[in-house]
Amino acid sequence: MSSEKPLHEGLFSWPSASPTLLGSRCMDCGEHAFPSQDSCRACSRQNMAPADLGSEGTLWTWTIQSFMPKTPYHTDETPETFAPYGVGYVELASGLKVESRLRENTPDKLQIGMPMKLEIIPMRKDDNGADLVTFQFCSAEELG
Amino acid sequence: MDVAIVGLGMHPFGRTPTMSGLEQGAAAARSALADAGTDFKRMEFAFGGSQDSGNADSLVNLLGLTGLQFTNVANGCATGGSSLNAAYSAIKSGQYDVGLVVGFDKHDRGAFNPKPADWGLDDWYGETGLMLTTQYFGMKIQRYMHDHGISRETLIRVAEKAFRNGSLTPTAWRQTALSWEEIENAPMVSEPLNKYMFCSPAEGGCALIVCRADIAQEFHPRPVYLKTAVVRSRNYGSFEVFSPSQPPEVANSPTVTASQAAFELAGVGPEDIDVAQLQDTEVGAEIMHMAENGFCEHGEQEKWLAEGVTELTGRLPVNTDGGCLANGEPVGASGLRQVHEICVQLRGDGGARQVAGEPKVGYTHVYGAPGISGVNILAR
Ligand SMILES: [Zn+2]
Repeated sequence: MSSEKPLHEGLFSWPSASPTLLGSRCMDCGEHAFPSQDSCRACSRQNMAPADLGSEGTLWTWTIQSFMPKTPYHTDETPETFAPYGVGYVELASGLKVESRLRENTPDKLQIGMPMKLEIIPMRKDDNGADLVTFQFCSAEELG
Repeated sequence: MDVAIVGLGMHPFGRTPTMSGLEQGAAAARSALADAGTDFKRMEFAFGGSQDSGNADSLVNLLGLTGLQFTNVANGCATGGSSLNAAYSAIKSGQYDVGLVVGFDKHDRGAFNPKPADWGLDDWYGETGLMLTTQYFGMKIQRYMHDHGISRETLIRVAEKAFRNGSLTPTAWRQTALSWEEIENAPMVSEPLNKYMFCSPAEGGCALIVCRADIAQEFHPRPVYLKTAVVRSRNYGSFEVFSPSQPPEVANSPTVTASQAAFELAGVGPEDIDVAQLQDTEVGAEIMHMAENGFCEHGEQEKWLAEGVTELTGRLPVNTDGGCLANGEPVGASGLRQVHEICVQLRGDGGARQVAGEPKVGYTHVYGAPGISGVNILAR
């Protein structure tokens, strides 16, 4: 685990045996944000507190990225090794819907309303060979 | 003072390797001036914009340095709509009598290549593969199909109509009708949308001459009156592109708010519209925009498309020139192309694609990132 670093700090708890998404919550109007923000998109006030957004939800919508994106996409893949990935919005317990890569990448495995679970995956290696990790969701059933 | 459109000009959309975007804008402006039987010296003001082809006011180097007030407009996909909105206000207020609205662009091949920082996002969002507009469009229509019972057949019908109408439009980029099978079996881009269900970045120019209604006959015997021009941005909760998260409640899109304001200001309702242009960045957009603009209920599109209501021969023809799907989307010119086409239809000059019944009232709707909509209502 020591050779794994988050691609971006503050998106999820790490290192952690049971990582969760991290965001913020407006102490005035109660609205959540992901990633965390200093100001509230709903009421425009600046009274935000950190919020643990959990690691479970249901799939609100989805698509599949079938070709390798151009920059700013940045992985160690080549067009030959690229594997399609799912993209979706997962509705969390708070009602907030978070956009995420999905492990499932074929239409027959994706269905609106299916239970989803957070997982942490390597995206690419940094200059020192350490894995840079990010979050994605996958079917809660598949994880077991 | 009411506002009239008395000159229509277009440089064909698609690819013109021999001309810059600016030159295509100048060509469109010249053809609009000729259509209005006037010249650039007579223009008191101009509003213009392009996203990727430089400052619109550089057009004076090609059209003439006459000292007019020339304002550059940069408002993404709503650039054309915002330019026309500004011209509308300039005439309506009594400040000016006649002026030019112009938009043009020349984009690189392939998809637009947005940078996270330009959208207030951190690099991880793009690096992990979420910074693609095609994903957003796929996800929005996916949810909409689930909520409102829209089938894949309806998506195909919209593409089929677009290319069929494009085949009847001499200035369109795609002038070849496509078969059901060709559309159905095209390579998938972003579920459920495939290659023929998306429009592409393109090139082109479009221009309009606008003037006070009481002097319109000086310029053209069949003026089209701009009843209202409205632009709105998104409210909290609207489902828009490049959003790492969405609030629990889905709010009305800016299309709904712009449309409602336009109908109210123009004093007409959706039932009064004879011909419409609705933003069709992809087929799902046209379907959703039919309801968001108030023309039908959510879900009713399934029946409308099956019955041909939005065909040239239907009760409400939509995107009679093939829309963005057949014309491509030079961002600065796209919103003006919509207005151009409605004016052509209201004049009765649509040729092979002219809708029947001598349409009297037309409607245009443009929508783009990051959640902005422009609506115009036009009448003869
Ligand atoms: Zn708040």
